Formats: sequence, structure tokens, C-alpha cells
Amino acid sequence: MSNIVNVSSIEKAKGRVEMRCQDHAARIKNYEEVALGYSLEEAVSEAKRCLKCKKPLCVSGCPVEVPIPQFVGALAEGNLEEAFRVIKSTNSLPAICGRVCPQEHQCEGSCILGKKGEAVAIGRMERFVADHFIALDACNQMGEITCRLTQPDAKVACIGGGPASITVAGYLAARGVKVTVFEALHEMGGVLVYGIPEFRLPKQGVVHKELAALGELGVEFKTNWVGGKTIGIKDLFDQGYKAIFVGVGAGLPIFFNVPGENLNGVLSANEYLTRINLGRGYDFPNFDTPAYKGRNVTVYGAGNVAMDAARWALRMGAESVRIVYRRTKAEMPARREELEHAEEEGVILTELVAPLEFHGDENGNLKGVTLQVMELGEPDASGRRSPKAVEGKTQYLETDLAVIALGTRANRVLLEETPELKLNKRGYIEVDENNETSIPGVYAGGDIVTGAATVILAMGAGRTAAKKIAERIGVVEG
Amino acid sequence: MPSKIVKKKELIPGRTSLMVLEAPQIAATAKPGNFVILRVSEQGERFPLTIADVDKKAGTVSIVFLVMGKSTAVLNNMKEGESIFDLCGPLGKATHIEKVGTVVCVGGGTGIAAMHHIAKGHHEAGNHVVAVIGARSKDLLLFCDELQSFCPEVLIATDDGTVGHKGLVTEVLENRLREDKNVKEVVAIGPVPMMSAVVNTVKPFGVKTTVSLNSMMVDGIGMCGACRVSIGGETKFTCVDGPEFDGNLVDFDELRQRLASLKAEEKVSYDNYCRCQNNE
Repeated sequence: MSNIVNVSSIEKAKGRVEMRCQDHAARIKNYEEVALGYSLEEAVSEAKRCLKCKKPLCVSGCPVEVPIPQFVGALAEGNLEEAFRVIKSTNSLPAICGRVCPQEHQCEGSCILGKKGEAVAIGRMERFVADHFIALDACNQMGEITCRLTQPDAKVACIGGGPASITVAGYLAARGVKVTVFEALHEMGGVLVYGIPEFRLPKQGVVHKELAALGELGVEFKTNWVGGKTIGIKDLFDQGYKAIFVGVGAGLPIFFNVPGENLNGVLSANEYLTRINLGRGYDFPNFDTPAYKGRNVTVYGAGNVAMDAARWALRMGAESVRIVYRRTKAEMPARREELEHAEEEGVILTELVAPLEFHGDENGNLKGVTLQVMELGEPDASGRRSPKAVEGKTQYLETDLAVIALGTRANRVLLEETPELKLNKRGYIEVDENNETSIPGVYAGGDIVTGAATVILAMGAGRTAAKKIAERIGVVEG
Repeated sequence: MPSKIVKKKELIPGRTSLMVLEAPQIAATAKPGNFVILRVSEQGERFPLTIADVDKKAGTVSIVFLVMGKSTAVLNNMKEGESIFDLCGPLGKATHIEKVGTVVCVGGGTGIAAMHHIAKGHHEAGNHVVAVIGARSKDLLLFCDELQSFCPEVLIATDDGTVGHKGLVTEVLENRLREDKNVKEVVAIGPVPMMSAVVNTVKPFGVKTTVSLNSMMVDGIGMCGACRVSIGGETKFTCVDGPEFDGNLVDFDELRQRLASLKAEEKVSYDNYCRCQNNE
């Protein structure tokens, strides 16, 4: 397929074009991507649905400000090269964002077509365009950016190799700035690699490709460098870095603090997913990291991470997998699409219960859980009806693997070694409107500022910080 | 970053080796009590080892390990000049060291190597360091010469009596504590039953007892919670809160149980590896 194609024969779609998926019975037997992506014909007919609004609301809904109508317009005309150039002018990770952004709350959530009918499928089109260039091995093409460096030798360090830092690196590298990214783990990508499953975001085929494109732009990636341990903020300034971005991400998992939580077979979603994703535990023993396998798996929490864990458990051969949640399906915070995929695959939703105690056998291995039955009361601060215990009513459930997905706290490693970095009451880094911290020249963004959030919000924070860093080190646009 | 094996010495053939690794960045900031995370190959798993020694001038760190499964078996088959795939550190909180007087450092098995670094730290801080080390037999006793080079007292226990006291380190420790009421701290590193026994031995003397825990870890940087331990009834994380804790507060039974949680998988991995080695 060439990059400019004649698409005049492709008609505008009547409604939003569905994306094909692997059949649910087949897909739980493999680790391949569930959503298969658009064909050229599907992408173009979807693109033709766009109204090309004069004041596009979709752009304001995008944390990294992708000029959406321009790229969709180029796609509708069959000019894939232009579409890709437009996307890449503000987003260095489009194949990733096209897959993992919660578009229904962002660009697509703001789409005028969505007010009366179905929003334009912006994420799916972004994915199509990005995948087209990955397939051509040409995802290193960047939007042309013209700028002048008044301090050509100024270099920038990013601590943490996840989406926030990568965005900073991409923004600055596209402007000719030297950037080094220090990642604590042995593989770059942060949550994209340790957290999000292969079946939603292929590592080799997508994440590594988009990161390699940044490498070709001159970004230097250093793995096994722990910010605060192997190298500190002061060391980096001493080494001549003019600005530092801190995107060290999530920290220790939150547990229920109920009896039996340290039994074998009770683990955090972070551990469960890191073993399988980062350690490639799904391919054990070809890879050395063992993953926990359960016959009757229970997953606690109902966000996207819980869905990822539950869906992995099915693929790892569980006989039954339950989401255990203290409210009801209507209040589940996961993306609708994730929830639907999970249910299609056979994940059971167990509503209005919360664990009281985990029980083990004589060897300390988990065998069951006592659940407190709950009911919904008045709406709480988040607007969701808050669950209350139904006095004296409990249930017992057999389970040999319990995965706890209640969220995480701030990662303390760098913070403890950098006492001059001001934190908020919740222990996250305090930043101003430019994402600058209490240390001049040190910026921060992503989960270490907001608490656990999405890839794209971290990228948005990275973009805000990158703009200010660019100003600080004398990048003049135009 | 990969790390070159500058020196390898088999301490107990086929079982325990010492490796000196080129890691200038880690050596520059490592302190007694810190650990590193290693990966032996591209398919390898992350596992922690306490740093046994540091040479800041040469830019090296030393590790000592016992072959317990596939990863350590692969490591033990590596030669001088080869590189370890990934080395990350220094991790964990450093040992709290101040000049207090007499400190007894107890080590068992490969734990003696890790204890050595801490003993050295106490010695450099001006403390009178008494090393108490134990093994099954004389040939299995590690780091004896190194400890003797700076410790005014090195007390030895072996199961078979080939050197030192015939019996357990805890018996030697108890005698030493009885003789001298001025011991300010006991530090113990070794197998879980040994550390637990040391805590029980010291308890009647009311001396502060610090243990270094060898929990299972995945990331080692405060993310996954695999290394959680109960300390005085509260859940703590060995990788970022430890690895050293007040021995009197540690739930050793839980630690022992948790260390066994992936035994079956570890065996599959090790057996596979041994089979492949034999077929070559």
C-alpha cells in the first residue's frame, strides 16, 4: 500500500465503523492482540464521517493536542503520509495512544457527532495510520518542526521511562535537543511494558517500534538506572543537564489490610501483571519469570488494571475468573470496552461484596475468602453511590489466586533520596501550572504527580512540561 | 546496563561463587546493607543479591551466591570476562551504622558474605566487631580470612567440629553475650531458621537485633509488593523499607512460607535447565 492512495470509490460510512476483533473463544487461548484494527477501506469510510468542525472540540479534548480534523481530513483523502505527519507533530506514540487512550472521555467524548449519534472513531483511525507506518518500518518519520536552539549544547534528563518521560523526550528531540531517559527497570516503557497486557498492546510490534523511532531521533535510553539510587537529581545537574523531568510513576500497591492478605496466592495486580508482562511469564519456562496460575481466580477492584488481570488469568488457563467489587457494574471505573471484552471472554462479575478475610491451608496457600455483603447507600464525593456493609451477611468463595487491584501509592524511591522535593499531603510531587516542582529546573508529571491515572494524561503532563523546558533551555519556535 | 565479570572465584565448587563485577555507577553510591537486582540473560528473571563488598576505586561490587535454581545455576556457569545481562542498584535502605562500641555480626552460609560488608561498615565506623560465623563444615566456611583481616574476634561454629565450636552459631553467640554485657547490637544474616534462632538467643539479653531479609522480589524498586513481610503486625516491603528490620518484630514463619510460594515453578525451571545442560 502506498502512502497516498486514490480513495474516491470508498463511500462515507453510515454509522461508526466497528473494529474487528479476534473471536472471544479463540482469543483466550492465545496472547495475541484482541482488537484487529481497521482496513484502509474501513478507516477512510470512517474518516469521511468527520464534520470538519470550524472549532473542533475534539482537539481540546486531547491532552497532547493532536490536530485531529487535519489528520482525519488527510486520511479521508487517502493521504496517509500527511495524516501521519500531522499526528506525529504533537504525539510521538500514536500507535500506543490509538490503542490505550480512553477516547470516549477525551477526543471522541467531545465530538459533535456523538451528541446525537456516534462519535467519529478517532482512536481507531489514529491506530490505523500509525500501524500503516509501523508496517512500512517507517514510524521514525516525524512532523517537521522548525525551531532554533539558542543553547545548542543544553541537554535534558528524564527520570523514569514511561509515557510521561517519553513524551518529554519526543517533544524535545524533535526540536533537536539532546535527551537522556533513565529507566529503573531493564526495559523501557514503564506501564506500557510492565502493566498493559500483550493482548491489548503488543510489545515487540508496537511499543518497541515507537520507542525505537525516538532512539533514531537521538534520544538516549539508559535502562537499570534507578533515579535516587544509581543517580540523583543533584548528580544530573552536576553532569551538566540543564533541566530534569521526573516521571517515576506508580509505587507500592494498596492492600485491603484484612487478615490472610500475606498468604501465598494473594498478590497485587502490580506483581501479577509485572511477572506476566515485563517478565513474559506467559511464556514460562521459555522465559525464567514464573507467573502465578490459579484455578479459581478472584480479582478485587473494577478498574482497567483489574480487567487486565482478569483477562490474563483466563489466558493463563484459569477455570473461573471473577471480578469481586463492592459496588455494582454501573459504578465500575473500567472503560466500557474493557469491561465488555472481559465479560465476552467469560469473566464473571461479582457485585456488592468486599473481602473480610482470606483463608489458607496448612502450608499457607490461599484456599478461600470470606466476603462481606454490601449494599449501595448515598452518593459519595465522586458522585457514585457508596457501598455499606449489610450487617451480619457474609459469603464464602473458594479461590486459590486472589489479585488485588485497588490502585497504588507514590513511588518513594526517588522522593526519599530527594527531601528538597516538595510533596503534597498524599505523598505525590507538588507542581505548578507548568509542571515545575519546588526545585527550579526540575519538572514532574504522570502518576507521580496525579496518582494512578491514564497513559494519555501522563503524556499530556509531559507535553506541558516539555514546552516549558524548551523555553527554559532556549528553544525558539518558528 | 550489562556488567562484566572481572573476577570469579568458586568458593565451594559447583555451589557457591564470588564474583567481582564492573559497575562503577553502583560502586560509587553503594553502602553496606544495599542489594542489587540481576538478570542473567535476555530471558532471565530479576532476582536480588545483597552486596558482599564494594571497591569504590576500582568501580566494582562483589556478590556471593548459592546455586538454588536456574538463575543462580546460569550465573555460576558464567566465566570471567563475560557479562551479566542486567545489573541494577544499589537498592534498599543502607544499614544504620554509628559508633556504639561492640557489635556482633552473625553470618550463616552465603549470608556470611553479605554480613561481611556490614561488619566492615561497623569496623570503619570505629566499632569493635565480633564476627560469629557458621557452616556445616570447614570447607564450606566463607569469608573467614576477609573477616579476620579486620575483626578483632572471629568466632566459628561448624556442625561437624572441623573448625571452631562443634555446634550452632547461636551457641557461640550465647556464650559471647554471657561473657560481655557491653554488646550494643547483634546483626544476623543467613537462612531464615538461623536468623529466627539468633533473635530467640539474643532476646533474654535485651540487645538490639537487626536481621537482613531475603524476601522474594520482582522489581525491587517499590512497585510490586511481592517482598512484603509482617513487622510487628504491620505489612512492610523488604525492597524499600528494608532489607534490614528489627529481628524481634519479624514474622519469620510467614517469611518462610512466602519464600516457598513458587517452589513448584522454580523446580520446573531448574529441572529444564539441568536437562538441557546434560543434553549438550
